[in-house]
Amino acid sequence: MPPPLAKTVNAAASASKATTSSTTSSSTSAAAASASASASATAAQQAGSKQSGSSGGLLTVSGNHHHHHHNSQSASQSAAQRDPPQSASTLAVPTVSQQRGSKNEDAPNILVYKKMEAIIEKMQAESTGVAVRTVKAFMSKVPSVFTGADLVAWILKNFDVEDVTEALHFAHLLSSHGYIFPIDDHALTVKNDGTFYRFQTPYFWPSNCWEPENTDYAVYLCKRTMQNKTRLELADYEAENLAKLQKMFSRKWEFIFMQAESQSKVAKKRDKLERKVLDSQERAFWDVHRPMPGCVNTTEIDIKKAYRRGGSSHGTGSAGASLAKNPVEQLTRIIALRKQKLERRTIKVSKAAEALVAYYDQYNEFDYFITSPELPNPWQTDSTEMWDTEKNSKEVPVRRVKRWAFSLRELLNDAIGREQFTKFLEKEYSGENLKFWESVQEKKGLAPI
Amino acid sequence: MSESAVPASNASGNASEKMASLVREAENLKGKLEEERQKLNDVNLANIAERLEQIAYVNIKPRKVLKGHQAKVLCTDWSPDKRHIISSSQDGRLIIWDAFTTNKEHAVTMPTTWIMACAYAPSGNFVACGGLDNKVTVYPITSDEEMAAKKRTVGTHTSYMSCCIYPNSDQQILTGSGDSTCALWDVESGQLLQSFHGHSGDVMAIDLAPNETGNTFVSGSCDRMAFIWDMRSGHVVQSFEGHQSDVNSVKFHPCGDAIATGSDDSSCRLYDMRADREVAVFAKESIIFGVNSVDFSVSGRLLFAGYNDYTVNLWDTLKSERVCLLYGHENKVSCVQVSPDGTALSTGSWDYTIRVWA
Repeated sequence: MPPPLAKTVNAAASASKATTSSTTSSSTSAAAASASASASATAAQQAGSKQSGSSGGLLTVSGNHHHHHHNSQSASQSAAQRDPPQSASTLAVPTVSQQRGSKNEDAPNILVYKKMEAIIEKMQAESTGVAVRTVKAFMSKVPSVFTGADLVAWILKNFDVEDVTEALHFAHLLSSHGYIFPIDDHALTVKNDGTFYRFQTPYFWPSNCWEPENTDYAVYLCKRTMQNKTRLELADYEAENLAKLQKMFSRKWEFIFMQAESQSKVAKKRDKLERKVLDSQERAFWDVHRPMPGCVNTTEIDIKKAYRRGGSSHGTGSAGASLAKNPVEQLTRIIALRKQKLERRTIKVSKAAEALVAYYDQYNEFDYFITSPELPNPWQTDSTEMWDTEKNSKEVPVRRVKRWAFSLRELLNDAIGREQFTKFLEKEYSGENLKFWESVQEKKGLAPI
Repeated sequence: MSESAVPASNASGNASEKMASLVREAENLKGKLEEERQKLNDVNLANIAERLEQIAYVNIKPRKVLKGHQAKVLCTDWSPDKRHIISSSQDGRLIIWDAFTTNKEHAVTMPTTWIMACAYAPSGNFVACGGLDNKVTVYPITSDEEMAAKKRTVGTHTSYMSCCIYPNSDQQILTGSGDSTCALWDVESGQLLQSFHGHSGDVMAIDLAPNETGNTFVSGSCDRMAFIWDMRSGHVVQSFEGHQSDVNSVKFHPCGDAIATGSDDSSCRLYDMRADREVAVFAKESIIFGVNSVDFSVSGRLLFAGYNDYTVNLWDTLKSERVCLLYGHENKVSCVQVSPDGTALSTGSWDYTIRVWA
């Protein structure tokens, strides 16, 4: 199902891109410029706060303007010249990862997307996948859908998930990342019932790494207002977003409106069922990139990773970056490390394994997650008895004393253990040894426990 | 890596020849190493652990939810007093909680967002933190106003500071950074005591060896490696490879002779330092998201791992099986840590909350 649909959407979208790209493209070149200018930490901070999305997500203009329409790139260049990069001020530090596209297949988020896509592919397999049907409803048809229950059953059957809860969680993640979506709900989640879901077309997959522009969003919302259908009516938060965008882009609103109008016209010419599917897929795309308040924005990247992929934003003194850029040096290091490893005397895995098991044998009775303690766990009972008696040296539980025998470290780490040891040493006229050690500890800044 | 990976368009033939020979040598060594290690790979850890009983059930439930941050929680640390927690967040705030009562005791706003790391001093009287400001800053724990007034910048990296710990002393701080180095700082003078060069990618995590001497630490990096360092010499004494993506977390096994790692390749691994090799991989087909943080239970049998899929998985490290899954967070789990006395687990998340499980 996706290929033909993908094509039509693609065509429509690229048509829209070609015209909307005046802002888009200018920011692309601006992004490139600022990337080479090596973003400072403060710029990145701004990026961070912008990416945070705490302001509702609408104003989170991030700097990823990688579009897949390479042919529009040249057009955008000239557009950039006409239209100075006024959006530069709103530019976050470019997550260059996303500009580099193909070079970046090992980026952590792309890694996960690829895994999800492999699963989606399996789900869409002809006979072994999830059954997709067109359902007849009152007076109309619901094309290309499957139920949440079918989906969860499929996951249970095809994956090593433990139970329905895990299967449902798995399905929820696929949905919140935009690969499957409920046909009429902005909240991207999955219920284990008869609710209908649809597959997203690959064109809109997040791995295509485009971070859409607010102008694109404005065109989309504007277009929705033109289609006088209840199923396309704007949700409250969308209406609010539209109002904000209208204020933000007041100078070129006419332009945005025209775009929306022309897209709407194109859409009207399409087959009714096909339109239903396309509309829902486009909506789901925006539900991922401009999520409903209260929903997780899954396109946010860990700033550490975004920063790192930036390469040039690395700062000047990054030893690792220079190492990574110098393959000879890097290889020499790897060779040195491997030589060092070869020279190392090691023990058999069985010996190491025995030691790990023996450690467990010795300590399992002190592991609160495995053996229940003598005194109730404060976190489980809201009673601090355990902590209170710990400080009390009168009655020391046998289990605790047992631990002192394991090692000197165990003994000295325990306040009462140390107290007892001090008493013992004083009896033996050798207390100065411990005193010396304690003063050393104190010197190191470790207050006596 | 194959020879064909060498750029053919290299300007000088000599250089490309040199590269090719280096690649060959690296590959040769890898083969030899695998051969050598295989000789001693006589049995699986899981086989040795067969005699142990299965962990049928772990009594662990959500006990506390700490709400107060206005953005992603990026790091937490337990106080040595076993009940306080410090947390740092993308919102630029540092909060000290009495986790037991869930009360906020102190809150400090820093002049930066994305505070990626925070750590209690061993005395419990100071905290160190930093992040996107590239700095490590120390605050005394007193009143809120005094904390802000008496802060001290100890060290500065050339990229973000991703992690920090006090190596058994209030006087020193060990940091890891996006500039791919680690550094040991003197708190009083702000002097750089030792720097640790070797990683070819951002350092994401560090952990201190639990041994008496406390002179070694482990680091995990985006170069997919974990290094064991000698803190005095500044040299790498051991290195571990195997992960297919960034190593986001490293933790010493409580025995001090093994480390666990968590990676964006969605696996956790156990490396034994005596056998000098990977002894277990914790992964499942249905786990596809990256691991951000790992920690051991007191006996080393359980490994808690926080994932980008909003869950925490409990792994039986000896049998290499998953014991259970903890649901509750509504966004990525950024940090997990077992409390100092082993009675509880704290988890921090991008959903703005910190939870305590026991």
